[in-house]
Amino acid sequence: MNKYRADLHTHTVLSPCGDLEMSPVNIVQKTKECGIDILGITDHNSTLHAPLIKELAAKEGIMVLMGAEVTTKEEVHCLCFFENEEKLSEFQKYLDQHLPKIPNDENKFGYQVVVNEKEEIIDEIECLLISGLNQSIEEIERKVHELEGLFIPAHINKMMNSIISQLGFLPPDLNVDALELSHHITKEEFLKKNKYLSKYNFIKSSDAHYIENVGNKWTNFFMEELSFCEVRKALRLEEGRKVEIEE
Amino acid sequence: MIVQDIVEKLGLKVCSGANGLNREIEGGYTSDLLSDVMGNADENHVWVTLQTHKNIMAIASLKELAAIVLVKGYEPEADTLEQSNEEGIPILSSEEEAFELTGKLYEIINQAK
Repeated sequence: MNKYRADLHTHTVLSPCGDLEMSPVNIVQKTKECGIDILGITDHNSTLHAPLIKELAAKEGIMVLMGAEVTTKEEVHCLCFFENEEKLSEFQKYLDQHLPKIPNDENKFGYQVVVNEKEEIIDEIECLLISGLNQSIEEIERKVHELEGLFIPAHINKMMNSIISQLGFLPPDLNVDALELSHHITKEEFLKKNKYLSKYNFIKSSDAHYIENVGNKWTNFFMEELSFCEVRKALRLEEGRKVEIEE
Repeated sequence: MIVQDIVEKLGLKVCSGANGLNREIEGGYTSDLLSDVMGNADENHVWVTLQTHKNIMAIASLKELAAIVLVKGYEPEADTLEQSNEEGIPILSSEEEAFELTGKLYEIINQAK
């Protein structure tokens, strides 16, 4: 079994709160410097930067999990990942269909731009990407799993936009692949206060919005090779695969 | 004052849990963060929210709330509704927004005291 370093939660310049330095080229460069093997691209309610980053990262031997950090109707943030561009674009259609059409005020929220490899702006998203979709957390979870994706409620210990802040506790029948903790708390401290979550598997990630934070928090994945299927097995502790948070 | 009284005075729709319409109301709480309601709402409170997820019923039951009032014409999700019937804690619905509805409830409940 090999050990891989994974940072599964990063924003790019496409997220309104993502710094302008967060271009695909810069992110891949920083990921390489940090020795991260698996990078998750999770802009707010958009997957549009993930394919280019995957392509650039592949040249450096870095695996990219393409996805988004989706805001549910209850305003819970959830990381969603897909195996290939076909499923990713199917999910992008779902996001476009269910995101409220509220125009972004870039002076207040920041720019929402898609750039190319040369860092030229090729698209600007008009709808505010940080709104909540008009879909419940269960509806989004079902859509993700229909597309054979991965569903991970984000920073569940935070008192803002987490499943615990919004819904009080994790619904026991919600089908999650893992749970993410923020860097503010250790897994042990968290479980002391939330014993009912002991059977779940946890990851930690950078949630980087600025280039200096990319790869500054990671989870070790123990698995056979860099593939989506192996990542899923590790998150679900299947066939001897596992994940361990590096505190 | 019981739940039935506010249903009549404010013209609320009874979505579920009609067997709990005689529950006593002693106050209210307005919030959409369930973690906040869990920490701050009290027994026999009527809770005003726009959340429709079934976790609202777990919170209502845990805190022994009198009833939940959904705002802006929202309706509970199917599993939320089912649990409300089982627990006998009514879910009501109002066409009004939380600000207006809370103001009216505050007045009615305080007059009755």
